[in-house]
Amino acid sequence: MKELIIISGKGGTGKTSLIAAFASLAQKKVLCDADVDAADLHLIMNPAVIDRHDFFSGHTAMINKDRCTGCGTCTELCRWDAISDEFEVDSIACEGCGVCVYCCPENAIDFPEDNCGEWFVSDTRFGPMVHARLGIAEENSGKLVTLVRQKAKQLAEENSLDLILTDGPPGIGCPVIASIGGADAVLIVTEPTVSGKHDMERVVQLSAHFKVPAMVCINKYDLNLEATQAIERFSKKHHLPVLGYIPFDPTFTHAMVQGQTVFEYNSNSKAGKAVEKIWDGISIEIGL
Amino acid sequence: MIISIASGKGGTGKTMMATNLALSLSADVQLLDCDVEEPNCHLFINPKYGDVETVTTPVPEVDDQKCNGCGKCSEICQFKAIVVIGETVMIFPELCHSCGGCMVVCPENAIREEGRELGVIQKGTLGKLEFIYGKLRVGEAMSPPLIRRVRSVADPGKITIIDAPPGTSCPVITSMRGTDFVLLVTEPTPFGLHDLKLAVEAVKLLDIPRGLVINRSGIGDGKVKAYAQNEGLPILMEIPFDRQIAEAYSKGKVLVEEMPEYKEKFCALYHEIEKIVSDGATL
Repeated sequence: MKELIIISGKGGTGKTSLIAAFASLAQKKVLCDADVDAADLHLIMNPAVIDRHDFFSGHTAMINKDRCTGCGTCTELCRWDAISDEFEVDSIACEGCGVCVYCCPENAIDFPEDNCGEWFVSDTRFGPMVHARLGIAEENSGKLVTLVRQKAKQLAEENSLDLILTDGPPGIGCPVIASIGGADAVLIVTEPTVSGKHDMERVVQLSAHFKVPAMVCINKYDLNLEATQAIERFSKKHHLPVLGYIPFDPTFTHAMVQGQTVFEYNSNSKAGKAVEKIWDGISIEIGL
Repeated sequence: MIISIASGKGGTGKTMMATNLALSLSADVQLLDCDVEEPNCHLFINPKYGDVETVTTPVPEVDDQKCNGCGKCSEICQFKAIVVIGETVMIFPELCHSCGGCMVVCPENAIREEGRELGVIQKGTLGKLEFIYGKLRVGEAMSPPLIRRVRSVADPGKITIIDAPPGTSCPVITSMRGTDFVLLVTEPTPFGLHDLKLAVEAVKLLDIPRGLVINRSGIGDGKVKAYAQNEGLPILMEIPFDRQIAEAYSKGKVLVEEMPEYKEKFCALYHEIEKIVSDGATL
């Protein structure tokens, strides 16, 4: 079984549209949306939820006013400025470290577990999909990403599917690290802009740091050919295969508005042709 | 006045809005790039660079001579960052949230804190514009403490503009919390709308006045506008999709310099924001 994660560093380079397009091309796969913070893949996949689960992780302090004597031990120890002078806990600021709970001489602080979101196993017209929704302003996105990936793997094993196609989050922080660790390969989608290249370079370093093989494709390559060449040079220097070039093509946006993949919307678009070529490249690189 | 710029979805134009707003105003402005995972403002500002500061977060270090292996530290740690096996204390610094709990409960006073590097903050200037950005070390998962450090340089005597990261979780909340106004930027597509809704919910939770910029208007559909109207979210600016703008951006050029007619629009945007904030304050 192979697990491919699509990442980009910079947001908005086309990760989700591309993975949706791959869903049209790939056989026997599980789809997985690891961008739990701002998940969008379901907007194209239109999944029918089979299983829904709450995601509990971490705790938040709650001061019990009846038992609180106002001694101030908690405010003194809290490093997050999460407890007001009136001994109210700001649940957004609370880190869930439990120091106040542990040290309160009156045992006046409760510490319930947080419901941080939910995760789903669904059916789509392209096969099974695992996805999630982190609650607004919640923490522990990395743990939810890890959970979603585990479930996708389990689903692939149970159904003898040999590929997991995962939509990753932007950035290089906690959820991205949780998304790529131990994966067979990452596909980095970049764009020929100063920020696209800058962010791609950081995500290339991240993949190398975690020893995950990386491949590159360039979206909207014809927006700035010089920048496209600079990305090619960087990729060559770091021995990263550049699998293809997608032209600037509004078909992606039109397909998204219809809730379709680029191939469902138009079986003969320029962008579609480029995506097919990239998919062939991936299949060879990861041995599908 | 602190204005944070956020979006939910990535790549909608936060950095473009932050840099152009910062460069359009004649008052004293600070631009803080809090997208520490992928900071981009410096690529457009090209400041004269000043000091670089390494930012660390405190993590425990155990004095084996004093430690008696009682295990109280691992008992309080919610993040499994300190574990006692037999008489050996193991520390996993990358899991530590720097709460200091282990140090507080250690009866032998055997724990002290040392700094673990999270990244750097880089300062710079462009004319009178003060510019600060954070850069997370590659491989580091914990961005909020670095974002807090970037924000700590905010000068109440200036207009502070914060470029926030995408998403709706802790890094974004850390960037927006306590700011006077959140300027949300989206594109009029289903992904843009979906993630905008999440971002609006987050801003509501923080109870901060907000307004919307629709970037690349003309692509996609009309649902973002309909949502904003329903939600009572004022649309403060629309920037049409224009290949010339996209090409200029791709080269690291700044909109208000390439198309100076935009400068006035950004100044007008600031005055709108100022008005919303002061109206809110008098309510």
